[in-house]
Amino acid sequence: MRKSLAQGIAAGRILVEAISGGMEIVGRKFEQGEYYIPDMLASAEAVGVAMEILAPHLTAAANLKPKGKFILATVEKDQHDIGKNIVGIMLKGAGFQLVDLGVNVPACRIADAIEREGADFVGLSALLDTTMRYMGHTIEELKRRQLRSRVKVLIGGAPTSPEFAREIGADAHCKDAFAAVETANRLAEGRF
Amino acid sequence: MRDGLRVKPYARLTEEQIRRVHAASMLILEDPGVLVGHEEAAGLFNRGGARVKRTATPGLWAVSIPRGMVERALSTAPQVVRLGARDPAHALLLDGRDPCIHFGSGSESNFILDLETSTWVCKDDPAREGIFPTFKKKRGTVADLCRAAHLAENLEHLDFFIRPINIQDEEITEQNKDVNKFFACLDNTSKHVMAGLTDVEQLDHVLHMAEIVAGGRQALQENPVISFITCVVKSPLELVSEATERLLRFCRRRIPVVISSSPQGGSTAPIEELGMVSQINAEILSAVVLSQLAAEGAPVIYGSVPVRARMDNLHDMYGAPEFNQYNIDCVQMARFYGLPCYSTAGVADAKVPGIQSTVEKTLSHLFMAHSGAHLIHYAFGLLEETQTFSLEQAILDNLHIGLVKMICQEPQVNDEAVDRSLAVIRKVMASSIRLFARYTRRKLHAGELFIAYPFEGDSSADTTLLRVKEELERIDSLPAKPLPAEIRERIFREVPGLLERLRQGGATSAYTG
Ligand code: B12
Repeated sequence: MRKSLAQGIAAGRILVEAISGGMEIVGRKFEQGEYYIPDMLASAEAVGVAMEILAPHLTAAANLKPKGKFILATVEKDQHDIGKNIVGIMLKGAGFQLVDLGVNVPACRIADAIEREGADFVGLSALLDTTMRYMGHTIEELKRRQLRSRVKVLIGGAPTSPEFAREIGADAHCKDAFAAVETANRLAEGRF
Repeated sequence: MRDGLRVKPYARLTEEQIRRVHAASMLILEDPGVLVGHEEAAGLFNRGGARVKRTATPGLWAVSIPRGMVERALSTAPQVVRLGARDPAHALLLDGRDPCIHFGSGSESNFILDLETSTWVCKDDPAREGIFPTFKKKRGTVADLCRAAHLAENLEHLDFFIRPINIQDEEITEQNKDVNKFFACLDNTSKHVMAGLTDVEQLDHVLHMAEIVAGGRQALQENPVISFITCVVKSPLELVSEATERLLRFCRRRIPVVISSSPQGGSTAPIEELGMVSQINAEILSAVVLSQLAAEGAPVIYGSVPVRARMDNLHDMYGAPEFNQYNIDCVQMARFYGLPCYSTAGVADAKVPGIQSTVEKTLSHLFMAHSGAHLIHYAFGLLEETQTFSLEQAILDNLHIGLVKMICQEPQVNDEAVDRSLAVIRKVMASSIRLFARYTRRKLHAGELFIAYPFEGDSSADTTLLRVKEELERIDSLPAKPLPAEIRERIFREVPGLLERLRQGGATSAYTG
């Protein structure tokens, strides 16, 4: 990446031809069953690193639209984070700015972070039937602090469902990391 | 006492390989060591001789455990652990050096699979029709758990009971879940009951219930009708706060506890066999050390549940051949240390009962039985990577485990057998039709022979599941063996949070409710 920049290749061209082009190939290979999740994560991580190097060189003209800031957390009393971490890596690879609050995060800390970071999205993960309800509590907390309308709320984790998302007033339920990227992209389009 | 089946354990690892895994685990425990998210535990490690440092994360310590501490813990952790039962005939004796196997259920599936049968007419030839099973997933309830426990009571090869279904009724809260799940289990099976705790603050209530069932505090020590499981470890190499708190409390109350770790090869542990097994072994040993620091001599069980990560979604995977490799190795490590071992078999990745589930389950049932693990959990009815439980599948698993147990039986090779066989061969050879059939009668009528697959179908379609459904209906109608009325009354008087509809007792009332 640095070499290409040093050679004078425009950052915008690197972005479109190398990075987007590369991700497209990776995505196709995944669909065809040649690549697997470890390959997707490695590619997403590589894109994340590349974007950091590239960002200062990209001018507004390079039609790089910011996708927004994404806060991710596993809710209170829940330690499960494999799924959340995959979602995080993929979102970062898709160009979102990621703030991962970790596991066992109470509603008030999530709300604090949204306020502090001026986040556009919040993603909540829960793998236990007993902790699912803290997703609802978190949304209530956001409403109480008048933050709800500022962010899109995405939820996920095996026990959750689209019905549950509707019930607690989340914006979307995502069955996996691909759905998370797709949904976030769709919602980002609508926002900016 | 319930007899387990003593097997001649299959040794995947050689003695030399076991030592290498052990050595690798000792090196891991020193560097990088384990992360500990519990202040008191960090203090115990420190006083016990470990190097303890704060990390950048508040409330998280990095603990480097020297080899000597592990050896000390292994010398005080008991080799023999007794698991009691409401009916003492179902008690289990686990000896870390004696490869005697027992099968049990588990774990906490959120969904239960209802098998429905309906008549289908062939589109191409409407004169043809057949009855086929279809499946419907629904969320588990207290009534489902009662029914599962009642089934477990009646499954011959189920030696201990872990709730296979998570109770998600409206009235169930984080606070009343533990007492209700333990009550539903104890009231519907007289076998040993094992479970994790959802809310650690319910420990006193749950233990009080167990004391009432066992007949007092001392009686519970002698006949621990319940025991606990705690996933102390979050792989890689972290002892998490809440589960560590549970471990300390269980050990101090001297109730048997399974120290379990469930890393996924390829996501939370190396995918290579040696890396996976040395890591999980280090993880479990670190918690064994802690248990003995908290309460020397506390009865602990080596709970190894290594799985493989599935490459297309990183879910946990049980049908992979590596699953068996990892798990057999762990059983060998536990035996090397002389600790009773809690292991795993019988989970299908398949979502419904069928060919895939049968292959996945049978391979692990067979290999893990041969490994000589003392407690083989998850063995009944689990589908979809433990997310779904099926009563019909549990009946099939019971049958198949029975077959596996037969395969594992010790060969009878002794003078008497030689004499008898020679005599029969000579007699048959001297007869005109040279047929051994009449000489099978002794074994046949002693009930020692496999007769035929009991749910065999006919030639037009596979009707096994239809027959299993009939078997489930038969078992459902068997009388319940609830707790005696005065014990139930006392429990309802003294233990808060029980659902009123469990008061009547007996599986039938609960699951028709
Ligand atoms: C691994 C695991 C653990 C590990 C966690 C390790 C880790 N670093 O996360 C450990 C061993 C620590 C653990 C502990 C426990 N576990 Co656990 N665990 C699992 C297991 C096997 C796999 C979960 C997993 O990682 N799946 C793989 C990932 C990739 O999938 P995923 O999480 O669904 O994520 C994908 C989607 O859901 C979505 N997604 C997820 N989050 C988000 C978030 C957003 C914003 C979006 C958009 C999308 C999204 O995208 C992800 C990627 O595709 C499940 C069983 C199962 N098969 O689900 C049980 C399971 C969840 N655990 C269970 C239990 C009971 C426990 C314990 C209570 C055990 C105990 N007795 O002590 C403890 C609880 C600890 C706690 N307080 O949280 C039960 C839960 C039942 C229930 N009550 O609901 C399950 C179902 C197992 C079972 N059948 O018994 N567990």
